Amino acid sequence: MNTRSWLARGLRDGLPICLGYFAVSFAFGIQAASTGLTPFQAGLLSLTNLTSAGQFAGLGVIASAGSYLEMAFVQLVINLRYLLMSTALSQKLRPETSIPERLMVAYGVTDEVFAVSVTQDWPLSPMYSAACTAIAALGWVAGTALGASAGAILPARLTGALGIALYGMFIAIIVPPAIEKKPVAAAVLSAMALSTLAAYAPVLRDISGGMRIIMITMAVAAVCAVVWPQREEGAHG
Amino acid sequence: MDKAYAYILVMALVTYLIRALPLTLIRHEIKSPFVRSFLYYVPYATLAAMTFPAILTSTNALASAAAGFIVAIAFAWRKKGLLTVAIAACVTVLLVEAVL
Repeated sequence: MNTRSWLARGLRDGLPICLGYFAVSFAFGIQAASTGLTPFQAGLLSLTNLTSAGQFAGLGVIASAGSYLEMAFVQLVINLRYLLMSTALSQKLRPETSIPERLMVAYGVTDEVFAVSVTQDWPLSPMYSAACTAIAALGWVAGTALGASAGAILPARLTGALGIALYGMFIAIIVPPAIEKKPVAAAVLSAMALSTLAAYAPVLRDISGGMRIIMITMAVAAVCAVVWPQREEGAHG
Repeated sequence: MDKAYAYILVMALVTYLIRALPLTLIRHEIKSPFVRSFLYYVPYATLAAMTFPAILTSTNALASAAAGFIVAIAFAWRKKGLLTVAIAACVTVLLVEAVL
């Protein structure tokens, strides 16, 4: 595939992410404004961080006037899952992919852009990530700035409905391969079961959401890797 | 807020380092069959764990979220695209909440 079609595909897959991000970041913008950030600061925060859970948690630290060390630690724990995603993505790129291209792909490692990127055939073009990330970031930053400056333009009913958009996308990504491959179905179902258990069980529910996701991902992926090793398709599958 | 920019800088640095280190440091194909298999399952495990049960609290009501979840699965089962599944879930939530 040439650069042009990779760009087109990236934009196409990035559009639903853009819409979903807009809804979530609108809510983030409202909260950022009530924490005392200006619309410009909120937009800058979204542009430089491009992550939902980490930014919401960051507002909590700012609101409680926490230390910079505390802020760094919170971000590290919540966003550590990107370390796994970035590692998985490193295997989708050609080894000769340049450092600037890798740094560009790294900026777009979010749950959603990762999800659509990692399911592309090997080798993944950095141009795909660039297009997908650009349109997704546009929705994320615009939604934040708008939410911060004009609070309640959208009726709550609409923002509530848009809140499910990103999860709908995740489902569109994980269900088709789960139907075709039993090991993937096992990974999906056991991850959901463990995630439910961790959300409600005593002690476990006190662990931060980001940490729970990391622990579940590592446990499920490790067990599946032992029980159903992927041979040739492996990381390039 | 005067400290806002410093907070933003700390957040951005930590988050970007986490994203950039593996992509720039791991520049060759990983040979270990275990690690390769592990990485193969990572996206499915992560996305599934993030989706459920969080999806149930993503809207204004549990009933609309549950309906959206079921419709999303039905559409994904028929291999509809990302945007179609996302929109179907949103529309379902709107319809159910209009009735509630």
